[in-house]
Amino acid sequence: MTESTVLENASQTSLAGVARRGVIRRLLRDPLGIASTLLLALIALIAIFAPLIVWNDPGVSQLDKVNASPGGGFLLGGDSAGRDILSRLLVGARLTLLGGLVAAGVAAVVGVGFGLAAGYRGKWFDLVSGWVSDLVMVLPSIIVLVAMFTVTGPNAVLAMFVLGIMLAPSFFRLTRSLVIQVKRNLYVDAAKVSAISDLRIVGRHIFTVIRGPLVIHFVLITSVAIIIQSGLDFIGLGDPNVPTWGSMLQDAFRSLYLSSTAYIWPGLAIALTVASLLLLGNALRDALEDVERAPRAARKANWVAPVRSTAPTASDALLCVEDLVISYRNADGGLNRVVDGVSFEVRAGEVLGLVGESGSGKTQTALAILRLLPTGGHVAGGRIVLDGEDLAHRSQREMTSVRGRRIAYVPQEPMSNLDPTAKIGSQLTEPIRVKLGLPRREAKERALELLEQVNITNPQRVFDSYPHEISGGMAQRVLIAGAVSCDPDIIIADEPTTALDVTVQAEILDILRRLRTERNLAVLLVTHNFGVVADLCDRVVVMQTGQIVEEGVVGRIFAEPRHPYTRALMSAMLTGRPSRRERSLQEAVQ
Amino acid sequence: MNEELLEITDLEVTYGKRGFGAEPAPALKGVSLGIGAGETMGLVGESGSGKTTLGRAVLGLVPVTGGSIRYLGQDITQVDRRRRRALAAQLQVIFQDPYSSLNPSMLVEDILSEPLRAAGVPGRDARKRVNALMERVDLPAGAGRRLPREFSGGQRQRIAIARALALEPALIVCDEPVSALDMSTQIRILDLLVDIQQSTNVAYLFISHDLEVVRYVSHRVAVMFRGEIVERGDAEQVTADPSHPYTRRLLMAAPVPDPAVQAVRREERARFLAGESSAVAAS
Repeated sequence: MTESTVLENASQTSLAGVARRGVIRRLLRDPLGIASTLLLALIALIAIFAPLIVWNDPGVSQLDKVNASPGGGFLLGGDSAGRDILSRLLVGARLTLLGGLVAAGVAAVVGVGFGLAAGYRGKWFDLVSGWVSDLVMVLPSIIVLVAMFTVTGPNAVLAMFVLGIMLAPSFFRLTRSLVIQVKRNLYVDAAKVSAISDLRIVGRHIFTVIRGPLVIHFVLITSVAIIIQSGLDFIGLGDPNVPTWGSMLQDAFRSLYLSSTAYIWPGLAIALTVASLLLLGNALRDALEDVERAPRAARKANWVAPVRSTAPTASDALLCVEDLVISYRNADGGLNRVVDGVSFEVRAGEVLGLVGESGSGKTQTALAILRLLPTGGHVAGGRIVLDGEDLAHRSQREMTSVRGRRIAYVPQEPMSNLDPTAKIGSQLTEPIRVKLGLPRREAKERALELLEQVNITNPQRVFDSYPHEISGGMAQRVLIAGAVSCDPDIIIADEPTTALDVTVQAEILDILRRLRTERNLAVLLVTHNFGVVADLCDRVVVMQTGQIVEEGVVGRIFAEPRHPYTRALMSAMLTGRPSRRERSLQEAVQ
Repeated sequence: MNEELLEITDLEVTYGKRGFGAEPAPALKGVSLGIGAGETMGLVGESGSGKTTLGRAVLGLVPVTGGSIRYLGQDITQVDRRRRRALAAQLQVIFQDPYSSLNPSMLVEDILSEPLRAAGVPGRDARKRVNALMERVDLPAGAGRRLPREFSGGQRQRIAIARALALEPALIVCDEPVSALDMSTQIRILDLLVDIQQSTNVAYLFISHDLEVVRYVSHRVAVMFRGEIVERGDAEQVTADPSHPYTRRLLMAAPVPDPAVQAVRREERARFLAGESSAVAAS
C-alpha cells in the first residue's frame, strides 16, 4: 500500500473492512434509523402484549356495532361482523409479524446454509444447489401457496414455512456470491495452512465477515413476506378465526360502501410496518458502510524545520502550488488535514519527484492538482497556479477543459483505469476527438502513432484489443499514450511503475524520459522509490505527514540529505547494504 | 546444507483449462529445489514466473500435477486432512498483503490463538503463548484486544509473522512479505525475520521480485522465469554477478538510488539489451 493513508482507508470501505463496533451507535445517530427502529419496537411490543392491552375481545361480535362508526367503546368502529377494529388491529399484529418473521427466518436459514456451502465448496454441490435454487425461483409463490391451501386448508404457520422456502433463493444467491468474494482473502488461505476445519473457516472467517449484508437482506425479506402474507389473507386464504391485517383488509373491502373508513387502519398498519422495515434496511446499510477511519498514527512529535535549497523563483514555473491545504471530513464530523501548507513548483520540461511514505500526502497533493480528490476531501486553502491561472478556484466544468489538454494523469493501477468493456482503440480516440475535435480517421491515425511512440511493436493489434487481452505493462503504455494524446504541458504520474515488474518499470521510465525530451513535457512524479527518483527526476520534494520537509536538486538530495526524515528514508534503503552472509561474517569476527 | 528440510523434485503444476480450445498452460515445469533447516532460500522472479505457485504448492493450496515435495524425507505432495493438520505445525505462511491476510472482524489475540486452539493447545497456555508472540514481534501492549484495521501495514505484517510463528514451525513460506510496505518499515520487518531465524532456526522460502530484498535476507537464491528455475546459487553471487541473461536483465532493470550510478547502469542496460537483440537476430 503505497498510497496515502486516506486512500487506504477509503478502500477499506469494502465488504471485508466493514466494522461492527459502533454500527448500532451509527444507526441510532441516523434520524431515519432511529425513527424506524422506535416504530418497529413499538409495533413489536404491541404485538407481544396485545392480549393484555385490548379491552374488547377481538373475536366477539356485537350486533349493534356492525360497520359502526368510531365511538361507544369501539375507538375505530366495528367491522362487518360487529367486532372491535382496534382490538383486532392490535391482536392482528401478532400473526402478521410472526408470519413475516417465520418466512424470513426459514428463508435465511435455508438460503444462507446452502449459500455458504455452495460458495465455499463450489464444484458439484454449487452446481446442484444452483439448479434447485433456479427451479424454486421460477415457481410463482402465490400460485404454489394457493395450491397448497386447497390441499391443507388454512394453516398460517405452514404457509409461512413454504413461503420461506420460496424466498430462500434470494438469500442463497446473495450468500453464495458474498462467500465467493470473501473466500479469496488470504486469511482464508492462512487458516487452511493452519489446518483449521472447513466448518470453522466458514463460521469464523467467512460468515462473520458477510453477516452485515445478510442482516440487511433479512430485514428486507421480512417486509416482502409481510406483504405476500397479507395478500394471501386478503384473497381469503387465511385462517378466518385469527385476525391478521390482511384478513381485516379483506373484511373492510367487502363492506367498503357501508363503512368507508375501516380499510384505512389495517392498510396503514401494513404500510407503516413495511416502510419502517425498508427504512431500517437502508439505515443499516449506511451504518455498516460508514467505517470510521483508523486513527492516524502519524503525529508531529519530532517536527524539524523544513530544508529548502533555493528561494522560490516563481516566474518561470509552469505549475506553482502555494500553501496547499487538503482536508477530509472524518466520521465524527471533524476535519482532518492530510496536506498542510505545501508549496512547490514545476518548470516546463522538468521532472519533479514527490517522495514520501504512505500517509505523507503525496498522492493527495497530486489528486488535488487534478481536482480528483476522493469524496470527503477538498482543497481547504492555498493556490494551484498553472501558467498564471489559479486552478484551485475553478469550477469542475472548467477543470474538465484543463484536464487532458493542459494537465494529464498517469495512475498507479493501469488495469483499473481502463474500461474493461471498450476496446483500447475507442478509449484512446475518444478524448482526441472530443478534446481536439479531430475526425474519426485522423484520431485513429494519431492514436496508432502514439502507441508506436510508447514502444508498442504492433500498434494495430493493441488498438483492436480489449484491456483484459493485454498485460499490465502494456496497459500502462496505453495510458501514457492517452495522457500525451492531447499534448499536455504537464503529466502527473502517481506511482506509475509501482504495480509493474522491474524490467517493465525500466521500459516505462525510458518512455517517460524520451517523451519529456521530445515534447519538453513537465512531469510531476509521485513515488516512494528512490531508485525511480534517481533514474528520472531533476528535483525532489520530500513529504512527511502532509508537509514538505526538504526540497532540492536530485544530486544534492542523494549526496547530502539535510533533513533527518530524508536521511532516515535514505538509510532505510537496502542498496549498498551488506548481504546476509556478509553480515554474519562481520558478526563472527566481532 | 547437505541435509535438506524440504526437497522439491520435478514439481509440475498445471491450472485447469480456461475456456474452449485454450491449452492449459503449466505454471511450474519440473522445478527442483531444496531448503535446509535454518536456511533462507530466496526465490526471485517477475509476475507470472510461477514463484507464488511454488510457495502455494508447498503449503498444499494448489493441486500438484507432477513431481514430489518431501518434508524430512516424507512425501507430502498429496496429504489428507489429518496429515495436513500435523504439517500445519511445521509449515506456515506469511502473505504479501497484510490487509487481506488478517480477518477484519477478529481481534488480534483471536487471530493469533486460532492456530494454537486448532492444534489442541489448552486455553491458558494459548493465552500465554499469544502474549509471548506479541512481545516477540514488538507489537504494542494491548494490541491483542484490537482489530487489525487499527494497525498500520507494517504492524499488520508483524501480526501475520506472529501467527506464522505460533506453532513454532520449521519452515515459513514468505510470499513477498515486504513488497506492500514503506521502505523504512520494509527493513525493520526484514531484520525481524532474520532475528527470528537466528533464535529459532526456522527456515524461510522467501519469495520476492526484488533482488535487493532477497540479497539482504537469503543464504541461497533461485531465479524463476516462466515456470522454471533458470539460475540458482549463493545469494551474493546470484544477486551481484548473475550468469543467466534473464537474471542480468533483472539486475540491470532495477534502478539504483544514486543518480550518477544509475545513469551508468542505464547505459549498460541499453548496451546489454541491444547486444541481446542482435544475438537473437544473428541466431
